[in-house]
Amino acid sequence: MSEPVGRPGGERASTGEPVGRPGGERASTVGGFASLSRAMFLGFVRDRAALIFSILLPVLFLLFFGSIYKNTTAPKIDLVAVGRVALLREAQAADPRGLAKVMSVTEARSLPAALAAVRKGTDDAAVLQRGSTLVVRYSIADQTKAAIVTSVLNSIVQAANQAGHPARYTMAASQVQDKSLKSIQYFTPGLLGWALASGATFGAAITLVSWRENKLLRRLRLAPVSTAALVAARIGIAVAVGLIQLAVFLAIATLPYFGLRLTSAWWMAIPLVVCGILAFMSIGLLVGAIARTQQAATAIANLIILPMAFLGGAFLPLDFAPAWVVRASYAMPLRYLVTGMQNVMARGEGPTSALPAIGILLGFAAVMTVIAVRVFRWDDI
Amino acid sequence: MPATISVRDLCKSYGDVVAADRVSFEVSQGEFFGILGPNGAGKTTTLEIIEGLRRPDSGEVSVLGLPAWPRNPSLLPRIGVQLQASSFFERLTAREQIRTFASLYGVPPTAADAMLGTVGLTEQAGVRTEKLSGGQAQRLSIACALVHDPELLFLDEPTGALDPQARRNLWDLLRQISGSGRTVVLTTHHMDEAETLCDRVAIMDHGKILKIGPPAALVRELDHPLRISVQSGLASADELAARTGAQVGDDGVSLTVATRDPAGALAALAGSGALAGLRVQGATLEDVFLSLTGREYRA
Repeated sequence: MSEPVGRPGGERASTGEPVGRPGGERASTVGGFASLSRAMFLGFVRDRAALIFSILLPVLFLLFFGSIYKNTTAPKIDLVAVGRVALLREAQAADPRGLAKVMSVTEARSLPAALAAVRKGTDDAAVLQRGSTLVVRYSIADQTKAAIVTSVLNSIVQAANQAGHPARYTMAASQVQDKSLKSIQYFTPGLLGWALASGATFGAAITLVSWRENKLLRRLRLAPVSTAALVAARIGIAVAVGLIQLAVFLAIATLPYFGLRLTSAWWMAIPLVVCGILAFMSIGLLVGAIARTQQAATAIANLIILPMAFLGGAFLPLDFAPAWVVRASYAMPLRYLVTGMQNVMARGEGPTSALPAIGILLGFAAVMTVIAVRVFRWDDI
Repeated sequence: MPATISVRDLCKSYGDVVAADRVSFEVSQGEFFGILGPNGAGKTTTLEIIEGLRRPDSGEVSVLGLPAWPRNPSLLPRIGVQLQASSFFERLTAREQIRTFASLYGVPPTAADAMLGTVGLTEQAGVRTEKLSGGQAQRLSIACALVHDPELLFLDEPTGALDPQARRNLWDLLRQISGSGRTVVLTTHHMDEAETLCDRVAIMDHGKILKIGPPAALVRELDHPLRISVQSGLASADELAARTGAQVGDDGVSLTVATRDPAGALAALAGSGALAGLRVQGATLEDVFLSLTGREYRA
C-alpha cells in the first residue's frame, strides 16, 4: 500500500505542460456528448419510477379509456334542415350509407319551426345554408351531441372544400364516421400529449435539481466539457424518450382491438413531438432553476402539468369541453401539441396543418429557455 | 519555479457574511496541503475560488501559473476535483461511472478500468454507485477525479461520514496519490486527518487564515507540556511531584504527569518501577486551534 500511485506521465509535471490527449479538445467534446448521452440514457431506462411515470402509466390510461369506450359509438344525431341545404344533400349523395349511420335529416319549412324542434329536443341541430355559409344552430343541453354536430358538420364542410372532384369527395365522406365517432381517436393524441408533457417537464426539472444537489453539475463544470454538449445530450435523450412514447402509443392504439386509424399525414406527429418536448423541457428547466429540492421541483411541476392536462385538452377533448376551458386552452402549450397531433393523426388534415402548432411550441420553448437561463444557478448559494 | 497555487489577499463575502478575509498562501509542486477549520470557516469558498468556480471580490489567485478567474478551460484537464461521494450520474455502475468521466477528458476506457483497480474497486466494477458502501463510493469519487492523471488534485472533505476503518483505508490511498510529484489540496474539518496526511496545513476560522505550517511544527511551537500517564496507584503522586517538579495527578484510573521534561519524568517513573500502561501524549492540532482562537475546536 505504500507504493505511490503511478502517474504515467510523471516527468511532465516538472515542465508544467499538459500531455496532449489524442484528438485534443474537439475529440473530448464529441466524446463528451456521446458518453453523457449514454450515461443519461442508462440512467433513464434503469429508473423504474421514470419508466412507469412516463410510459407505463399513460399506456394504462390508454388501455383503460380505450377499453371503456371501445364499443361506444356516439349517438346518432338528428338534424333539421331549413329549406334546401345543398351541402348536406351532396354529402348524402356521395356517401349515403356512411352518413346515415351518423345522422338523420328531416326538413322544416321555416327557421322558427326548426329552432322549436331543437328547443324541444326532438332534433339536435337546425341547419340552413346562406350562400356559401352553413349556418348551424344547436342546443348545448347535450354537450356530447353538440360536439358531434359541430364535428360532423365541420368535416362535411372541410370535405367539400377539399374536394377537387367527386372521387375524392367520396373518400373524405367515408372518413367522417371514423374520425368523429371512435373515441380512441381523441384519447390517443390527448393522453400521448400528457405523457410527453409530464415526461419532459419532470425529467428536465428533476435532473437539474438533483445534479445541483449532489454537485454533479459542479463536477461537470470542472471537466473539459462544454455546456452546449451537456445541454445537447440532455435534449437528445428527452427527444429519444418522447419518440419511444410516440411509438409505444401508436403501436398499442392501432391494434385492431382499439382500432386507431392513422390518417395520411400522421408522420407530422414526429416533428410535433420533438417541438413539444423542447417546449416542455423548457418549462422543466425553469422549474429546476427555481426549485431548491427535488420535492419542490416535483410539486411545482405537478402544479403546472396537471391543470394543463385538463385545460389543454389532454384528458378532456376540447370538442366536448365547456367554452371557458376552450378559451383557457389557448394559453396552454399542451393544447397546440394535442390538437396538432389530433389534426394530423386522427382528423385527416394535411401535413401543413401542424405548422402553426410547431411554430407556437418552438416560440414558447425559446421564451421559456431565455427566462430559465436568467434564473439558472450552477449550484446553491 | 512559480508556486503551483498562489493566493494573495483573497477576499470574498456574501452579503454580510465574510467567507474569505485577506487569505494568502502558496502551495508548491508535490505538496500535500491541507486547509483545516470548523464548518463555515471559509474553506470551501477558498477552494471554489481556486478552482475557478467563483469570482473573488478582490485579491489574486493563480493556479499552475495561470489566473484562476475567469474560469480557464485550458486548466481543466490539468486539475482533478473530488466533491462528495454522491456526485455521480444516477443508476450507473462504478465502471460506467468512471468511464463516463474518463471520456470527458478523452481518456480511453482501459485506463479508466485500470484506475478502478488502483483504488481497489475492480470487484465492485459492476455494482451501481447507489449500492456501494460509503468508503467504496469515496474511493470511486477519488478515482473519477484522478482518471485523467491531473497534476493538481482537490479533495473536499474526503472522509466525512466514514467509519474509522474506512477512513484509515482511505488515508492509505491518499498517501499513495500524493506521490509522484502530484500536488494535493485537501479541505477537512478533522484535525487528525490534517495531522496525518498533510505536509503543511493552513488553519482557518471565520474566513481568516490563523496559522500556516507543517502540523508537527505548529504543535511544537505551542510548547505544551507532555502528558505521561501510567496505571493508577503505581507510585505516589505527591512523591513524584516533589521529585520531578512537574504537575502530577491521580484520578483513580491513571496517574498522570504533565511535564516539559519527559526524560526526568520517565526516569523517575522507571526508577519506581511504575511503567505499566505507559502512555505519552503530546499536544495536537486541536490544542493549536484552542490556543489560536481561545475556544474548543468543534467540527
